[in-house]
Amino acid sequence: MYDVAIVGGGVTGAFCARFLMRYKVSVVILEASDDVAAGASAANSGIVHAGFDAASGTLKAAFNLRGNRMMQRVCAELGVKYLENGSIVAACGADEERMLADLLARGEKNGVEGLRLLSEEEAHATEPALADGVTGALFAPSGGIVCPYGLTIAAVGNAMDNGAELLCGFTLTAAERSGEDWRLFSEDGRSVMARVVVNCAGAGAERVARVFGDDSFRIGARKGEYILLDRTAGSLVTHTVFPVPSAAGKGVLVSPTVDGNLIVGPTSVEEETPDVSLRREAFAEIAEKAAHIVEGIAFGEMITSFAGVRSYCDRHDFIVGWSRVAGVYLAAGIESPGLTSAPAIGVYIADMVAEKLAAERNEAYSPIRRKPPVFREMTDAERAEMIARDPAYGRIVCRCEQVTLGEILSALRTQPPAHTLDGVKLRTRAGMGRCQGGFCQPAVFNLLMREYGYRAEEVTKKGGRSYVITGGEL
Amino acid sequence: MRKQLVVIGGGPAGLAAAVAAYDAGVRDLVVLERESEAGGILKQCVHNGFGLTRFRESMTGPEYARRFLDEARARRIGILTNTFVTRLTPEKRVSYVNEKGAFCCEADAVILAMGCRERSKGALNIAGTRPAGLFSAGTAQKYVNIYGHLPGKRVVILGSGDIGLIMARRMTLEGAKVECVCEIMPYSGGLGRNIAQCLDDFGIPLLLEHTIVSVEGRERVEAVVIARVDEKRQPIAGTERRVECDTVLFSVGLIPENELTKGAGIALDGQTKGCLVDDGRETEIEGVFACGNVLHVHDLVDFVSEEAEIAGRSAAEYLLHGARAKRYLPVLAGENVSYIVPQRLDADGQTPVQLYFRVKSALRGAVISVEAGDFRKSVKRIAVAPGEMERVTVVPSQLSGAAALRVSVFREE
Ligand SMILES: Cc1cc2nc3c(=O)[nH]c(=O)nc-3n(C[C@H](O)[C@H](O)[C@H](O)COP(=O)(O)OP(=O)(O)OC[C@H]3O[C@@H](n4cnc5c(N)ncnc54)[C@H](O)[C@@H]3O)c2cc1C
Repeated sequence: MYDVAIVGGGVTGAFCARFLMRYKVSVVILEASDDVAAGASAANSGIVHAGFDAASGTLKAAFNLRGNRMMQRVCAELGVKYLENGSIVAACGADEERMLADLLARGEKNGVEGLRLLSEEEAHATEPALADGVTGALFAPSGGIVCPYGLTIAAVGNAMDNGAELLCGFTLTAAERSGEDWRLFSEDGRSVMARVVVNCAGAGAERVARVFGDDSFRIGARKGEYILLDRTAGSLVTHTVFPVPSAAGKGVLVSPTVDGNLIVGPTSVEEETPDVSLRREAFAEIAEKAAHIVEGIAFGEMITSFAGVRSYCDRHDFIVGWSRVAGVYLAAGIESPGLTSAPAIGVYIADMVAEKLAAERNEAYSPIRRKPPVFREMTDAERAEMIARDPAYGRIVCRCEQVTLGEILSALRTQPPAHTLDGVKLRTRAGMGRCQGGFCQPAVFNLLMREYGYRAEEVTKKGGRSYVITGGEL
Repeated sequence: MRKQLVVIGGGPAGLAAAVAAYDAGVRDLVVLERESEAGGILKQCVHNGFGLTRFRESMTGPEYARRFLDEARARRIGILTNTFVTRLTPEKRVSYVNEKGAFCCEADAVILAMGCRERSKGALNIAGTRPAGLFSAGTAQKYVNIYGHLPGKRVVILGSGDIGLIMARRMTLEGAKVECVCEIMPYSGGLGRNIAQCLDDFGIPLLLEHTIVSVEGRERVEAVVIARVDEKRQPIAGTERRVECDTVLFSVGLIPENELTKGAGIALDGQTKGCLVDDGRETEIEGVFACGNVLHVHDLVDFVSEEAEIAGRSAAEYLLHGARAKRYLPVLAGENVSYIVPQRLDADGQTPVQLYFRVKSALRGAVISVEAGDFRKSVKRIAVAPGEMERVTVVPSQLSGAAALRVSVFREE
């Protein structure tokens, strides 16, 4: 019996769990996939929005601003790289410049600090890669960038270090009342009991709500496709550059990532059902749109392309609050800026749920997650010291990203542990570089076999039936 | 630590270069190799056909590597394995790590022999999903030949590079069905003999001017959609065809691994993606040499060895006799030549120099023409193809007065 069951191990669920651990409550995260950060939290722009986009007075605007203000500290506590690189909205021509003034006014109303309009000259001086057609810009110094799955994994890890549990492969498909409590059933027959359920199921939030008899909202899906370029192209811009927003959303942006790559996207495609496949026309569309605001993007340096799904609610705002069904809390429709908002939503929900449970403060709670050592970021002296302590840090497994055996073993042994090739990749960047795992994948594969006693045909790319080897042994 | 010569990479290029340098008198040298055994990519190339040109016998990859490894061992040349070079500076400081620690070696000369990597599927504009079952051909080769796992049972291969062709045969021999090999160009990038022995002999269709436009399957590959392409290499609407498969192998080009080179600020040739070198394989930085697939992608290891020996001897010459002021003669790729190595010649060189180059398009009946000032030379070939490296020999000192040397390839009249 748990006090709280959180459905969904995305960034929203992760921060709910993390902040709930400040109270004396037992918490379990139920995640359908074989790893956390399986939905929108793995595939998005990774922008910590300043907060000028959301309509004033909405939950989005409020949580965005609060989340933005929390992000620096949260990342420091969790050992996650965060960079306040500043955002620029680039306008081309008088019509778009007028929209900048609207954004500025809205941002100020929302409480965003430091917003400034830039003249054409100032804009190009601030960000030399801006396209010739850019005639003015809005500058938001508090915009930042973060690794979305790194943040999610670290928040779950910190929650687990403080006692939270994680059940992966648990797809909630049914629930039964049991007195005041809920018995929650997974597709595979497992079940757990909880006093309070928090629905953070992203694209699955509507389905999960219906399990409890709540059909008060609809979740729609809008796909966003991206291109990711190699580090050699990553220094083209230092700020996150947006076009002026349109009805379709914030548009195709160009931004460095915290790991030094260049990300270009997302597109915006309405879908019947959530689907992360790329359309054929996506590549040309992204390149064409990005060229309006930034010049000289080295598309030849593309190392991968991917898509994420925005799960938006028909009310076009976040839904955060108690559901009409007793004992069920909702965090649904968490589309952008959901990543930015996650710490703020997490604190808010944790406090609401703790109050309901009349939970006491947990004095033993530690907000700190020790950052796993990252060879790539160490000086030669630090490397020597690390290798002296553990020789596995002197063995490079992924040559493109310079990931060591020590880091991979740590990813298999640190909460939440990786069980799949992608799990290792998201935690260590092994396989995320220019060769995309061409060299290191078999090595990681062997480490997974050794660590978990898997047979070759049991190792998966990303859980489920995503088996790597299907032709058998020779 | 100090060393006269540091060789980065213990594949066939690095080993042959080290042996040649040793035989030319260099004793204080070391080979740094990131894998647990030297031999490079040859270790997983268990098929035969290696060494035909050089040794006039057909060996497997490991056998060919073994020869050079034995030569290095016989000379007691130090090879540090599991040792990864993290940085090279223009002053020839080589930083590396292994399980013993992080070290820096001051070298008087460096030979770059880091090899190449496969261009990844991520670099291609392929729509659809990103499930399990998508492999670079070389990765699949490693699973099969080193670890004994067969990646899948129904295979589509994109790209007719040599590794893709070899893997088509290998997977077939192990019981998989290779549905087809798609090649976006109107010709294969692989060796003619590989097309005959790996595809034709097994009835595997080679679809020229075809590409994969999308991948289907959520968890594991279920199918690909292939299509014919036009002259601009763009898929032609209406020619799409769905091919069911559980595995896709990508053999879409090799890229020299020059991250260290770039880090040292050494300029690269836009075509070869390797360093600009002279006939001694010396780069722009005095005392830094390059050879093998890190310099340009070879199709036969025999020529890698040959080139590595040139680099090894030049490094020895540099170390034992000091740097020599050189007058350079630029070497230019003319008509129908995509690249040529070396990119410049020591104009006073007395000995014959082999120029390695590739043609842009296949010709039946071709004339290779060398022009340098008043000097003219032409050589006939029955056929030339981009997948087969060509060579032509010149003696630099016989080209006196020429401002540049240009190699072109014409259709024979
Ligand atoms: C293209 C795109 C770009 C974006 N860019 C930004 C940005 O730059 N900045 C920003 O702030 N925000 C951005 N966002 C928004 C942000 O990514 C999301 O708001 C955030 O990741 C949502 O997190 P979540 O935890 O609510 O949902 P998710 O990350 O989707 O997590 C939901 C989890 O619930 C699990 N689940 C679902 N159903 C069940 C079930 N029945 N049982 C058990 N588990 C279940 C899923 O497997 C999943 O792991 C972007 C989103 C997209 C799609």
